[in-house]
Amino acid sequence: MSAGSPREGQAQAPAPQDRGPAGNGGLSRISRATHLKEALLRNAFLVCACVAVAGVTLIFVFVGYQGWPIFAKLGIGEFLGGRVWYPTKGLFGILTLVVNSLLAMAGGLVLGAPLAVGTAVFLSEVASPRVREVTRPAVELLAGIPSVVYGFFGLVLLRPIIARVFGGLGFGLFTVWVILGVMIVPTIATLTEDALRSVPEGIREASYAMGATKWQTIWRVLLPAARIGIIDAVILGMGRAIGETMAVVMIAGNAPVIPDSIFKPFLTLTTVIVMDMPYASGDHRTALFGVAIVLFVISMIFVASIRVISRSRGEGD
Amino acid sequence: MTDKLASQDPGDVLSAGADKFTVDGLDFFYGAFNALSGIDVRIKEHAVTAFIGPSGCGKSTFLRCLNRMNDLIPGTRCEGKVRLDGHDVYGPGVDPADLRRRVGMIFQQPNPFPMTIYDNVAYGPRLHGMRKRADLDAVVEESLKRANVWKEVKDILGRGGLTLSGGQQQRLCIARVLAVEPEVLLMDEPCSAIDPTSVQKVEDLMAELKDRITIVIVTHNMQQAARVSDYTAFFLQELAGEAAHLIEFDRTATLFTTPRDRRTEDYITGRFG
Repeated sequence: MSAGSPREGQAQAPAPQDRGPAGNGGLSRISRATHLKEALLRNAFLVCACVAVAGVTLIFVFVGYQGWPIFAKLGIGEFLGGRVWYPTKGLFGILTLVVNSLLAMAGGLVLGAPLAVGTAVFLSEVASPRVREVTRPAVELLAGIPSVVYGFFGLVLLRPIIARVFGGLGFGLFTVWVILGVMIVPTIATLTEDALRSVPEGIREASYAMGATKWQTIWRVLLPAARIGIIDAVILGMGRAIGETMAVVMIAGNAPVIPDSIFKPFLTLTTVIVMDMPYASGDHRTALFGVAIVLFVISMIFVASIRVISRSRGEGD
Repeated sequence: MTDKLASQDPGDVLSAGADKFTVDGLDFFYGAFNALSGIDVRIKEHAVTAFIGPSGCGKSTFLRCLNRMNDLIPGTRCEGKVRLDGHDVYGPGVDPADLRRRVGMIFQQPNPFPMTIYDNVAYGPRLHGMRKRADLDAVVEESLKRANVWKEVKDILGRGGLTLSGGQQQRLCIARVLAVEPEVLLMDEPCSAIDPTSVQKVEDLMAELKDRITIVIVTHNMQQAARVSDYTAFFLQELAGEAAHLIEFDRTATLFTTPRDRRTEDYITGRFG
């Protein structure tokens, strides 16, 4: 309320003087009902925004409160820098998990981002309207598939194939890369397509009118012109990849080591929480909350970098 | 300007000077709609030809037929012959990209690329294979000079093209086109969205450029047509929903002083009225 009331005051205070019938040659007064409705709506939206902010704050405070003791006990260096995660022996180093999460994300990105940007270019610049009508919903549908279904698909269909072709059990980074690569396509493709579409038509025409081919126009003008939006899209895809839990836990194999092969099992920041939380207690439980804090911070870094990059747009161009 | 008017020699419209473009019986369709019908026109080399007429009379559409920009709009179709130096631009196997390099275009809204001023101008040369920095530097400077904008941007070549004023952006776009050495420059209402100082500079550079380049300009502004052009074509769509026609084509001085067609006279006097 403290945020709402001053603005309300500004809106209401001048009303009686300004809208008096004498001063304004017959312009009608704003009705009391309109005033009330406006104030009501304003406050309703304020409440909505507050709920979102409160949700984030509560989660952050709770996770921080639960997880902070592990940082205090081990020190940030030992927790983040320790290579061994062996809870039953009291070893809570999460460097391995951080590295594994980043590896999983990076591989998914390497496979998924070009695929997604290519899809977006196809949808925005190449496809005829009829083809687009079929393709775009298909891509959007990818985003609607629950992650457990991706995991199931990876486990039942992809894993045996990978096991047969490359040996081993088929659990490992490679399997995760393929699944994550597909999972982030809709996120990146949809946003990249928006970015391409928001490039003014005049810029396309200018390029064609200079004697550029379609390919040259896409490569030299449109993608550079949309680059900020594309970078944003890729960062959001990174967030999706690093936070993905369900699909990853089903196909990663979940061994707490830095794998010496991309076909060997591994454990990530997200999957350790889902694997260990059901039975963890004491320091182990606290350490898992510590892992959650790390995930939180990584997400915040992604969001913040989008902010910074988007802000640089106005000055750069 | 005045001595140009004085030296008019009426009656030689189709004979004097070489024809850069010859257009015979051109019809243009948006889907089933016949937007332009029976256009015959000769565009003289090293001269400025203006297309005038009310809004929606098809003059911009016709301009875009000359470098096949309408190809980019799905559902459009062009019939009749358009020849550049005698070669059919809609002929089989003609590369529209090569045609457009030779026949450059300036649009109503300045449309620089969201990249630096330098990269904007270097875009075309790079597209067509120029790589050496020294060569590019030379082309960029030369083009910006010819486009009357060098003095304003020479110290800020690394700045974004979109940071310039509208009029400067338009001259940057002209420089960008000039950098690929087009033979013809099509200008689609190039001055309607820019400030008066820049309008003056654009009109000046048109006069300077026509030694080397054939210019066709679409304009709403009849004073501008009278000031800058050697030839003028008047387009008119007489009834809504029907095809537009080329009503009259003549030397600018003749068309503006002694139009042969009643409709041309009505349009000109109505506007000057």
